[in-house]
Amino acid sequence: MKDYGMVIVGAGEAGARAAVELRTQGWTGAITMIGNERWHPYERPPLSKHQLYEAGEPAPTTILGSDRLNEHNIGLLTSDAAVRINRQAHNVELVSGIQVPYERLLLATGANPRKLSVQGNAAEEMLYLRTFADAIRIREQLQPGKRVAVIGGGFIGLEVAASAVTKGCEVTLVEVAPRILMRGVPEQIAVMVEERHRAAGVKFKIGVMIESVDKEVSGEYVISLADGTTVNCDVIITGIGAIPEMTLAVTSELEVDNGVKVSELLVTSDPDIFAAGDCCSFPHPLYGGKRIRLEAWRNAQDQGTHVAGNMLGAAVPYSALPWFWSDQYDQTLQVAGLSETTDTTVERDLGEAGKLFFHVATDGRLVSVSGMGPSGGIAKEFRLAEMLIEKQVRPELAALSDPSRRLKELLRA
Amino acid sequence: MSSGQWIEACEVDDIEVEDVIRFDHEDRTFAIYRTEKGDFFASDGYCTHEKFHLSNGLVMGNVIECPKHNGRFDIATGQAKRAPVCVDLKTYPVKIEADKVYIQI
Repeated sequence: MKDYGMVIVGAGEAGARAAVELRTQGWTGAITMIGNERWHPYERPPLSKHQLYEAGEPAPTTILGSDRLNEHNIGLLTSDAAVRINRQAHNVELVSGIQVPYERLLLATGANPRKLSVQGNAAEEMLYLRTFADAIRIREQLQPGKRVAVIGGGFIGLEVAASAVTKGCEVTLVEVAPRILMRGVPEQIAVMVEERHRAAGVKFKIGVMIESVDKEVSGEYVISLADGTTVNCDVIITGIGAIPEMTLAVTSELEVDNGVKVSELLVTSDPDIFAAGDCCSFPHPLYGGKRIRLEAWRNAQDQGTHVAGNMLGAAVPYSALPWFWSDQYDQTLQVAGLSETTDTTVERDLGEAGKLFFHVATDGRLVSVSGMGPSGGIAKEFRLAEMLIEKQVRPELAALSDPSRRLKELLRA
Repeated sequence: MSSGQWIEACEVDDIEVEDVIRFDHEDRTFAIYRTEKGDFFASDGYCTHEKFHLSNGLVMGNVIECPKHNGRFDIATGQAKRAPVCVDLKTYPVKIEADKVYIQI
Protein backbone atom coordinates (compact mmCIF):
# COMPACT_ATOMS: atom_id res chain seq x y z
CA MET A 1 0.00 0.00 0.00
CA LYS A 2 1.64 3.20 -1.19
CA ASP A 3 -1.49 5.29 -1.12
CA TYR A 4 -1.52 7.79 1.77
CA GLY A 5 -5.15 7.46 2.67
CA MET A 6 -7.46 7.97 5.61
CA VAL A 7 -6.75 5.36 8.27
CA ILE A 8 -9.08 4.54 11.12
CA VAL A 9 -7.89 2.52 14.10
CA GLY A 10 -10.97 0.90 15.60
CA ALA A 11 -13.91 -0.62 13.73
CA GLY A 12 -16.70 0.18 16.19
CA GLU A 13 -19.49 2.73 15.99
CA ALA A 14 -17.30 5.84 15.74
CA GLY A 15 -14.85 4.31 13.26
CA ALA A 16 -17.57 2.98 10.98
CA ARG A 17 -19.49 6.28 10.91
CA ALA A 18 -16.31 8.18 10.14
CA ALA A 19 -15.42 5.84 7.27
CA VAL A 20 -18.77 6.28 5.54
CA GLU A 21 -18.83 10.02 6.15
CA LEU A 22 -15.35 10.51 4.69
CA ARG A 23 -16.61 8.96 1.48
CA THR A 24 -19.93 10.81 1.58
CA GLN A 25 -18.05 14.11 1.92
CA GLY A 26 -16.06 13.38 -1.18
CA TRP A 27 -12.74 11.83 -0.13
CA THR A 28 -11.66 9.76 -3.13
CA GLY A 29 -8.43 8.22 -1.79
CA ALA A 30 -8.04 5.06 0.23
CA ILE A 31 -9.98 4.53 3.46
CA THR A 32 -8.72 1.75 5.73
CA MET A 33 -10.30 0.60 8.97
CA ILE A 34 -8.43 -1.63 11.40
CA GLY A 35 -10.51 -3.72 13.80
CA ASN A 36 -9.18 -6.07 16.44
CA GLU A 37 -12.28 -8.26 16.42
CA ARG A 38 -13.19 -10.78 13.73
CA TRP A 39 -16.47 -9.08 12.83
CA HIS A 40 -17.56 -6.31 10.55
CA PRO A 41 -18.42 -3.17 12.55
CA TYR A 42 -21.46 -3.93 14.69
CA GLU A 43 -23.76 -2.19 17.16
CA ARG A 44 -22.88 -2.66 20.82
CA PRO A 45 -26.14 -1.57 22.51
CA PRO A 46 -27.95 -4.91 21.84
CA LEU A 47 -25.14 -6.85 23.58
CA SER A 48 -26.54 -6.22 27.06
CA LYS A 49 -30.16 -6.45 25.98
CA HIS A 50 -31.94 -8.80 23.56
CA GLN A 51 -28.77 -10.54 22.41
CA LEU A 52 -28.45 -11.91 25.96
CA TYR A 53 -31.97 -13.32 26.24
CA GLU A 54 -33.64 -13.76 22.87
CA ALA A 55 -34.08 -17.30 21.58
CA GLY A 56 -32.27 -18.37 18.43
CA GLU A 57 -28.69 -18.08 17.31
CA PRO A 58 -27.45 -14.56 18.10
CA ALA A 59 -25.54 -12.63 15.47
CA PRO A 60 -23.97 -9.19 15.70
CA THR A 61 -26.10 -6.32 14.36
CA THR A 62 -23.85 -5.23 11.52
CA ILE A 63 -23.34 -1.52 10.84
CA LEU A 64 -21.21 -1.94 7.74
CA GLY A 65 -21.49 -5.23 5.89
CA SER A 66 -19.47 -6.34 2.86
CA ASP A 67 -21.90 -4.79 0.41
CA ARG A 68 -21.72 -1.32 1.97
CA LEU A 69 -17.93 -1.57 2.38
CA ASN A 70 -17.70 -2.39 -1.32
CA GLU A 71 -20.17 0.29 -2.31
CA HIS A 72 -18.08 2.92 -0.50
CA ASN A 73 -14.76 1.27 -1.36
CA ILE A 74 -13.71 1.07 2.29
CA GLY A 75 -10.97 -1.36 3.27
CA LEU A 76 -11.45 -3.31 6.51
CA LEU A 77 -8.69 -5.28 8.22
CA THR A 78 -10.20 -7.52 10.91
CA SER A 79 -8.53 -9.47 13.73
CA ASP A 80 -5.55 -7.15 13.52
CA ALA A 81 -4.42 -4.30 15.73
CA ALA A 82 -2.25 -1.23 15.47
CA VAL A 83 0.83 -1.47 17.66
CA ARG A 84 2.70 1.70 16.75
CA ILE A 85 2.17 5.03 15.05
CA ASN A 86 5.22 6.32 13.21
CA ARG A 87 4.31 9.97 13.22
CA GLN A 88 7.34 11.11 11.23
CA ALA A 89 6.88 8.52 8.49
CA HIS A 90 3.08 8.83 8.64
CA ASN A 91 2.27 5.16 8.97
CA VAL A 92 0.69 2.73 11.38
CA GLU A 93 2.28 -0.65 12.13
CA LEU A 94 0.00 -3.58 12.73
CA VAL A 95 0.43 -6.81 14.72
CA SER A 96 0.39 -8.69 11.42
CA GLY A 97 3.44 -6.68 10.27
CA ILE A 98 1.56 -4.61 7.72
CA GLN A 99 2.42 -0.90 7.59
CA VAL A 100 -0.45 1.33 6.58
CA PRO A 101 0.55 4.83 5.44
CA TYR A 102 -1.81 7.63 6.40
CA GLU A 103 -2.61 11.13 5.25
CA ARG A 104 -4.82 11.62 8.31
CA LEU A 105 -5.32 9.13 11.14
CA LEU A 106 -8.36 8.61 13.36
CA LEU A 107 -8.14 6.89 16.72
CA ALA A 108 -11.51 5.32 17.47
CA THR A 109 -10.21 2.71 19.85
CA GLY A 110 -13.11 2.77 22.33
CA ALA A 111 -12.77 1.65 25.92
CA ASN A 112 -12.26 -1.50 27.96
CA PRO A 113 -14.22 -2.66 30.99
CA ARG A 114 -12.81 -1.45 34.28
CA LYS A 115 -11.62 -4.49 36.23
CA LEU A 116 -12.73 -4.91 39.81
CA SER A 117 -9.75 -5.13 42.13
CA VAL A 118 -10.75 -7.48 44.93
CA GLN A 119 -9.36 -10.19 47.23
CA GLY A 120 -10.12 -13.87 46.72
CA ASN A 121 -9.33 -16.80 44.49
CA ALA A 122 -12.08 -16.10 41.95
CA ALA A 123 -11.32 -12.46 41.19
CA GLU A 124 -10.13 -13.44 37.71
CA GLU A 125 -13.24 -15.47 36.93
CA MET A 126 -15.74 -12.63 36.88
CA LEU A 127 -17.24 -11.94 33.45
CA TYR A 128 -17.21 -8.51 31.79
CA LEU A 129 -19.19 -7.21 28.84
CA ARG A 130 -17.82 -5.16 25.98
CA THR A 131 -17.68 -7.27 22.82
CA PHE A 132 -19.95 -9.68 20.99
CA ALA A 133 -17.70 -12.53 22.18
CA ASP A 134 -18.23 -11.37 25.78
CA ALA A 135 -22.00 -11.34 25.20
CA ILE A 136 -21.94 -14.92 23.88
CA ARG A 137 -19.94 -16.04 26.92
CA ILE A 138 -22.42 -14.39 29.30
CA ARG A 139 -25.43 -15.60 27.34
CA GLU A 140 -24.30 -19.22 27.73
CA GLN A 141 -24.32 -18.73 31.51
CA LEU A 142 -27.79 -17.22 31.71
CA GLN A 143 -29.78 -20.44 32.11
CA PRO A 144 -33.13 -20.57 33.94
CA GLY A 145 -32.67 -21.14 37.67
CA LYS A 146 -29.01 -20.08 37.72
CA ARG A 147 -27.99 -17.74 40.50
CA VAL A 148 -26.43 -14.66 38.93
CA ALA A 149 -24.61 -11.90 40.79
CA VAL A 150 -24.20 -8.60 38.99
CA ILE A 151 -21.62 -6.22 40.43
CA GLY A 152 -22.29 -2.60 39.51
CA GLY A 153 -25.58 -0.67 39.34
CA GLY A 154 -24.86 1.44 36.28
CA PHE A 155 -26.48 1.05 32.87
CA ILE A 156 -24.60 -2.10 31.88
CA GLY A 157 -25.09 -3.87 35.20
CA LEU A 158 -28.80 -3.04 35.29
CA GLU A 159 -29.38 -4.07 31.70
CA VAL A 160 -27.58 -7.37 32.28
CA ALA A 161 -29.65 -7.89 35.45
CA ALA A 162 -32.87 -7.26 33.49
CA SER A 163 -31.79 -9.68 30.75
CA ALA A 164 -30.79 -12.35 33.29
CA VAL A 165 -34.04 -12.17 35.21
CA THR A 166 -35.94 -12.26 31.91
CA LYS A 167 -34.15 -15.54 31.19
CA GLY A 168 -35.36 -16.95 34.51
CA CYS A 169 -32.18 -16.50 36.53
CA GLU A 170 -32.15 -15.54 40.22
CA VAL A 171 -30.38 -12.19 40.22
CA THR A 172 -28.67 -10.23 42.98
CA LEU A 173 -27.18 -6.86 42.15
CA VAL A 174 -24.38 -5.48 44.31
CA GLU A 175 -23.60 -1.75 44.28
CA VAL A 176 -21.02 -0.22 46.59
CA ALA A 177 -22.31 3.36 46.16
CA PRO A 178 -25.23 4.65 48.28
CA ARG A 179 -27.63 4.08 45.38
CA ILE A 180 -27.76 2.73 41.84
CA LEU A 181 -27.11 5.02 38.85
CA MET A 182 -25.03 7.50 40.84
CA ARG A 183 -23.33 8.77 37.73
CA GLY A 184 -25.49 11.30 35.91
CA VAL A 185 -28.98 9.99 36.73
CA PRO A 186 -31.14 11.84 39.27
CA GLU A 187 -32.27 10.01 42.36
CA GLN A 188 -35.97 10.20 41.37
CA ILE A 189 -35.28 8.07 38.31
CA ALA A 190 -32.91 5.72 40.15
CA VAL A 191 -35.77 4.99 42.55
CA MET A 192 -38.15 4.21 39.67
CA VAL A 193 -35.56 1.91 38.07
CA GLU A 194 -34.88 0.06 41.30
CA GLU A 195 -38.61 -0.44 41.92
CA ARG A 196 -39.04 -1.89 38.44
CA HIS A 197 -36.16 -4.32 39.03
CA ARG A 198 -37.48 -5.38 42.42
CA ALA A 199 -40.90 -6.04 40.86
CA ALA A 200 -39.15 -8.33 38.37
CA GLY A 201 -37.51 -10.24 41.24
CA VAL A 202 -34.01 -8.72 41.33
CA LYS A 203 -32.52 -8.50 44.83
CA PHE A 204 -30.24 -5.61 45.77
CA LYS A 205 -27.25 -5.16 48.06
CA ILE A 206 -26.61 -1.44 48.02
CA GLY A 207 -24.05 0.76 49.75
CA VAL A 208 -21.90 -2.12 50.90
CA MET A 209 -18.24 -2.84 50.10
CA ILE A 210 -17.08 -6.11 48.58
CA GLU A 211 -14.38 -7.83 50.64
CA SER A 212 -13.63 -10.90 48.57
CA VAL A 213 -14.77 -13.16 45.77
CA ASP A 214 -14.02 -16.85 46.22
CA LYS A 215 -14.84 -20.11 44.52
CA GLU A 216 -15.76 -23.06 46.71
CA VAL A 217 -14.79 -26.65 45.91
CA SER A 218 -18.41 -27.19 44.86
CA GLY A 219 -17.92 -24.63 42.09
CA GLU A 220 -20.12 -22.09 43.82
CA TYR A 221 -18.94 -18.49 44.03
CA VAL A 222 -19.15 -16.62 47.33
CA ILE A 223 -19.06 -12.83 47.37
CA SER A 224 -18.30 -11.67 50.92
CA LEU A 225 -19.62 -8.23 51.79
CA ALA A 226 -18.45 -5.79 54.44
CA ASP A 227 -21.75 -6.06 56.33
CA GLY A 228 -20.98 -9.72 57.06
CA THR A 229 -23.44 -11.15 54.53
CA THR A 230 -22.56 -13.17 51.45
CA VAL A 231 -23.97 -13.57 47.97
CA ASN A 232 -23.72 -17.19 46.83
CA CYS A 233 -24.03 -17.66 43.09
CA ASP A 234 -23.13 -19.62 39.96
CA VAL A 235 -21.88 -16.72 37.85
CA ILE A 236 -20.61 -13.19 38.47
CA ILE A 237 -20.93 -10.44 35.88
CA THR A 238 -19.20 -7.17 36.62
CA GLY A 239 -20.02 -3.80 35.06
CA ILE A 240 -18.28 -0.99 36.92
CA GLY A 241 -17.42 1.40 34.13
CA ALA A 242 -14.87 1.59 31.36
CA ILE A 243 -11.34 2.82 30.87
CA PRO A 244 -10.47 4.57 27.59
CA GLU A 245 -8.18 2.59 25.30
CA MET A 246 -5.33 5.00 24.72
CA THR A 247 -2.24 2.78 24.59
CA LEU A 248 -1.39 3.88 21.05
CA ALA A 249 -1.73 7.53 21.98
CA VAL A 250 0.54 7.09 24.99
CA THR A 251 3.25 5.14 23.14
CA SER A 252 3.28 7.66 20.31
CA GLU A 253 3.47 10.52 22.82
CA LEU A 254 0.18 12.18 22.03
CA GLU A 255 -1.31 14.17 24.90
CA VAL A 256 -3.79 12.28 27.07
CA ASP A 257 -6.17 13.48 29.80
CA ASN A 258 -8.73 10.89 30.90
CA GLY A 259 -8.59 9.62 27.32
CA VAL A 260 -6.91 10.75 24.15
CA LYS A 261 -6.91 14.51 24.55
CA VAL A 262 -8.53 16.33 21.65
CA SER A 263 -9.54 19.92 20.98
CA GLU A 264 -13.11 21.00 20.19
CA LEU A 265 -12.24 20.07 16.59
CA LEU A 266 -11.50 16.50 17.77
CA VAL A 267 -7.84 16.83 16.77
CA THR A 268 -5.10 15.47 19.04
CA SER A 269 -1.80 17.19 19.85
CA ASP A 270 -0.66 16.00 16.39
CA PRO A 271 -2.56 17.96 13.68
CA ASP A 272 -2.81 14.89 11.44
CA ILE A 273 -4.22 12.60 14.13
CA PHE A 274 -7.83 12.80 15.33
CA ALA A 275 -9.83 10.87 17.91
CA ALA A 276 -13.54 10.15 18.39
CA GLY A 277 -15.89 8.13 20.56
CA ASP A 278 -15.34 6.51 23.97
CA CYS A 279 -11.53 6.84 23.79
CA CYS A 280 -11.29 10.64 23.72
CA SER A 281 -11.84 13.54 26.09
CA PHE A 282 -12.95 16.84 24.60
CA PRO A 283 -14.00 20.33 25.77
CA HIS A 284 -17.76 20.88 25.50
CA PRO A 285 -18.80 24.39 24.33
CA LEU A 286 -22.33 24.11 25.81
CA TYR A 287 -20.83 23.61 29.28
CA GLY A 288 -18.21 26.33 29.38
CA GLY A 289 -15.54 24.26 27.68
CA LYS A 290 -15.54 21.65 30.45
CA ARG A 291 -13.44 18.64 29.38
CA ILE A 292 -15.56 15.49 29.29
CA ARG A 293 -15.35 11.95 28.01
CA LEU A 294 -18.51 10.07 27.11
CA GLU A 295 -19.15 6.36 26.94
CA ALA A 296 -22.23 6.50 24.81
CA TRP A 297 -23.57 5.13 21.58
CA ARG A 298 -24.88 8.38 20.17
CA ASN A 299 -21.73 10.29 21.01
CA ALA A 300 -19.65 7.65 19.20
CA GLN A 301 -21.91 7.96 16.20
CA ASP A 302 -22.05 11.76 16.21
CA GLN A 303 -18.33 12.26 16.82
CA GLY A 304 -17.46 9.67 14.19
CA THR A 305 -19.60 11.47 11.66
CA HIS A 306 -18.39 14.90 12.75
CA VAL A 307 -14.68 14.13 12.80
CA ALA A 308 -14.74 13.06 9.15
CA GLY A 309 -15.45 16.63 8.08
CA ASN A 310 -12.60 17.97 10.18
CA MET A 311 -10.21 15.30 8.88
CA LEU A 312 -10.99 16.76 5.44
CA GLY A 313 -10.26 20.28 6.67
CA ALA A 314 -13.63 21.65 7.81
CA ALA A 315 -12.50 22.90 11.29
CA VAL A 316 -16.00 22.80 12.83
CA PRO A 317 -16.21 22.48 16.66
CA TYR A 318 -18.10 19.47 18.00
CA SER A 319 -20.99 20.57 20.22
CA ALA A 320 -23.63 17.81 20.16
CA LEU A 321 -25.58 17.40 23.37
CA PRO A 322 -24.43 14.43 25.50
CA TRP A 323 -27.20 11.81 25.43
CA PHE A 324 -27.53 8.40 27.05
CA TRP A 325 -30.24 5.83 26.99
CA SER A 326 -30.94 2.49 28.59
CA ASP A 327 -33.68 -0.08 27.98
CA GLN A 328 -34.71 -2.28 30.87
CA TYR A 329 -37.81 -4.48 30.66
CA ASP A 330 -40.56 -2.41 29.03
CA GLN A 331 -39.03 0.86 30.22
CA THR A 332 -36.71 3.28 28.55
CA LEU A 333 -34.54 5.73 30.42
CA GLN A 334 -32.90 8.73 28.79
CA VAL A 335 -30.55 11.43 29.99
CA ALA A 336 -29.43 14.44 27.95
CA GLY A 337 -27.02 17.16 28.93
CA LEU A 338 -24.89 17.45 32.03
CA SER A 339 -26.21 18.47 35.42
CA GLU A 340 -24.63 19.68 38.63
CA THR A 341 -25.77 19.04 42.18
CA THR A 342 -26.66 22.73 42.50
CA ASP A 343 -29.29 22.49 39.74
CA THR A 344 -32.99 22.86 40.50
CA THR A 345 -35.00 19.80 39.43
CA VAL A 346 -38.51 20.23 38.01
CA GLU A 347 -40.77 17.23 37.46
CA ARG A 348 -43.11 16.92 34.49
CA ASP A 349 -45.55 14.07 35.02
CA LEU A 350 -46.86 12.65 31.73
CA GLY A 351 -49.06 10.08 33.46
CA GLU A 352 -48.88 6.65 31.87
CA ALA A 353 -46.36 7.91 29.32
CA GLY A 354 -43.74 8.42 32.05
CA LYS A 355 -41.95 11.29 33.76
CA LEU A 356 -39.41 13.89 32.77
CA PHE A 357 -37.10 15.73 35.14
CA PHE A 358 -35.68 19.06 34.03
CA HIS A 359 -32.47 20.30 35.59
CA VAL A 360 -32.09 24.06 35.64
CA ALA A 361 -28.79 25.74 36.54
CA THR A 362 -28.51 28.57 39.07
CA ASP A 363 -28.40 31.10 36.20
CA GLY A 364 -31.80 29.85 34.98
CA ARG A 365 -30.53 27.93 31.95
CA LEU A 366 -31.98 24.50 31.23
CA VAL A 367 -28.86 22.28 31.25
CA SER A 368 -30.10 18.71 31.43
CA VAL A 369 -33.18 16.53 31.18
CA SER A 370 -33.77 12.95 32.23
CA GLY A 371 -36.81 10.79 31.76
CA MET A 372 -38.24 7.36 32.16
CA GLY A 373 -41.33 5.64 30.84
CA PRO A 374 -42.67 2.84 28.69
CA SER A 375 -40.77 2.51 25.42
CA GLY A 376 -41.75 5.34 23.13
CA GLY A 377 -43.91 7.21 25.67
CA ILE A 378 -41.47 9.98 26.55
CA ALA A 379 -39.72 10.20 23.20
CA LYS A 380 -41.39 13.26 21.68
CA GLU A 381 -41.26 15.41 24.80
CA PHE A 382 -37.72 14.30 25.53
CA ARG A 383 -36.54 15.26 22.06
CA LEU A 384 -38.07 18.71 22.44
CA ALA A 385 -36.40 19.09 25.82
CA GLU A 386 -33.05 18.34 24.19
CA MET A 387 -33.68 21.10 21.67
CA LEU A 388 -34.51 23.50 24.51
CA ILE A 389 -31.15 22.71 26.12
CA GLU A 390 -29.31 23.18 22.83
CA LYS A 391 -30.99 26.57 22.41
CA GLN A 392 -29.81 27.49 25.93
CA VAL A 393 -33.26 28.72 26.92
CA ARG A 394 -34.16 30.00 30.38
CA PRO A 395 -37.68 28.58 30.64
CA GLU A 396 -40.38 29.47 33.12
CA LEU A 397 -40.30 26.59 35.64
CA ALA A 398 -44.11 26.46 35.84
CA ALA A 399 -44.27 25.76 32.10
CA LEU A 400 -41.89 22.83 32.45
CA SER A 401 -43.88 21.20 35.23
CA ASP A 402 -47.27 21.62 33.52
CA PRO A 403 -47.79 18.87 30.91
CA SER A 404 -50.58 20.86 29.28
CA ARG A 405 -48.04 23.55 28.30
CA ARG A 406 -46.49 22.44 25.01
CA LEU A 407 -42.71 22.24 24.87
CA LYS A 408 -42.83 23.07 21.17
CA GLU A 409 -44.22 26.49 22.10
CA LEU A 410 -41.35 27.11 24.54
CA LEU A 411 -38.95 26.28 21.73
CA ARG A 412 -40.54 28.93 19.54
CA ALA A 413 -40.72 31.56 22.26
CA MET B 1 -47.59 -4.69 -4.97
CA SER B 2 -50.05 -1.90 -4.17
CA SER B 3 -53.64 -2.90 -4.60
CA GLY B 4 -54.50 0.76 -4.90
CA GLN B 5 -57.21 0.40 -2.32
CA TRP B 6 -58.17 3.59 -0.43
CA ILE B 7 -58.57 3.13 3.31
CA GLU B 8 -60.02 5.63 5.78
CA ALA B 9 -57.28 6.23 8.34
CA CYS B 10 -58.55 8.96 10.66
CA GLU B 11 -60.20 12.35 10.92
CA VAL B 12 -58.19 15.40 9.97
CA ASP B 13 -58.39 16.70 13.54
CA ASP B 14 -57.08 13.46 15.03
CA ILE B 15 -53.58 14.68 14.16
CA GLU B 16 -52.19 17.83 15.68
CA VAL B 17 -50.41 20.29 13.45
CA GLU B 18 -46.79 19.19 12.85
CA ASP B 19 -47.36 15.78 14.37
CA VAL B 20 -47.85 12.11 13.55
CA ILE B 21 -50.19 9.35 14.67
CA ARG B 22 -50.17 5.59 14.34
CA PHE B 23 -52.77 3.83 12.18
CA ASP B 24 -53.10 0.05 12.21
CA HIS B 25 -54.90 -1.75 9.42
CA GLU B 26 -55.25 -5.52 9.42
CA ASP B 27 -51.75 -6.75 10.26
CA ARG B 28 -49.97 -3.61 9.10
CA THR B 29 -49.02 -0.41 10.84
CA PHE B 30 -48.72 3.03 9.28
CA ALA B 31 -47.74 6.54 10.31
CA ILE B 32 -49.97 9.44 9.22
CA TYR B 33 -48.43 12.91 9.29
CA ARG B 34 -49.80 16.44 9.31
CA THR B 35 -47.29 19.17 8.59
CA GLU B 36 -47.27 22.75 9.75
CA LYS B 37 -48.35 23.84 6.28
CA GLY B 38 -51.39 21.57 6.53
CA ASP B 39 -50.22 18.81 4.21
CA PHE B 40 -50.92 15.18 5.04
CA PHE B 41 -48.59 12.27 4.32
CA ALA B 42 -48.49 8.56 5.10
CA SER B 43 -45.71 6.01 5.42
CA ASP B 44 -44.95 2.60 6.87
CA GLY B 45 -45.28 2.79 10.64
CA TYR B 46 -42.00 1.20 11.61
CA CYS B 47 -38.55 2.70 11.22
CA THR B 48 -36.47 0.86 8.62
CA HIS B 49 -33.58 0.47 11.09
CA GLU B 50 -35.22 -1.33 14.00
CA LYS B 51 -38.86 -2.06 14.57
CA PHE B 52 -39.93 1.07 16.45
CA HIS B 53 -43.10 3.04 15.85
CA LEU B 54 -42.34 6.31 14.10
CA SER B 55 -45.60 7.65 15.54
CA ASN B 56 -43.75 8.15 18.84
CA GLY B 57 -41.21 10.31 17.05
CA LEU B 58 -40.99 14.05 16.61
CA VAL B 59 -42.05 15.86 13.45
CA MET B 60 -40.06 19.01 12.71
CA GLY B 61 -40.91 20.62 9.39
CA ASN B 62 -41.03 17.86 6.79
CA VAL B 63 -38.83 15.46 8.78
CA ILE B 64 -39.81 12.64 11.10
CA GLU B 65 -37.18 11.52 13.60
CA CYS B 66 -37.31 7.97 14.94
CA PRO B 67 -37.81 8.04 18.72
CA LYS B 68 -35.28 5.30 19.34
CA HIS B 69 -32.05 6.09 17.58
CA ASN B 70 -32.81 9.48 15.99
CA GLY B 71 -32.67 8.27 12.41
CA ARG B 72 -34.54 10.71 10.16
CA PHE B 73 -36.74 10.50 7.09
CA ASP B 74 -38.28 13.02 4.74
CA ILE B 75 -42.01 12.67 5.38
CA ALA B 76 -43.03 13.45 1.81
CA THR B 77 -40.59 11.17 -0.01
CA GLY B 78 -39.58 8.64 2.63
CA GLN B 79 -35.94 9.36 1.90
CA ALA B 80 -33.51 8.33 4.67
CA LYS B 81 -31.87 11.54 5.92
CA ARG B 82 -29.66 10.59 8.85
CA ALA B 83 -27.83 7.54 10.23
CA PRO B 84 -28.45 4.97 11.52
CA VAL B 85 -31.20 4.69 8.92
CA CYS B 86 -29.98 3.93 5.42
CA VAL B 87 -33.07 2.32 3.89
CA ASP B 88 -35.80 4.67 2.64
CA LEU B 89 -39.25 4.56 4.17
CA LYS B 90 -42.15 3.43 1.99
CA THR B 91 -44.73 6.19 1.53
CA TYR B 92 -48.39 6.03 0.44
CA PRO B 93 -50.70 8.44 -1.38
CA VAL B 94 -53.06 10.42 0.83
CA LYS B 95 -56.33 12.23 0.07
CA ILE B 96 -58.66 14.27 2.26
CA GLU B 97 -62.40 14.01 1.75
CA ALA B 98 -64.99 15.51 4.09
CA ASP B 99 -62.41 16.01 6.86
CA LYS B 100 -61.35 12.37 6.69
CA VAL B 101 -57.83 11.19 5.82
CA TYR B 102 -57.60 8.31 3.32
CA ILE B 103 -54.45 6.44 2.37
CA GLN B 104 -53.94 4.25 -0.66
CA ILE B 105 -52.28 0.95 0.18
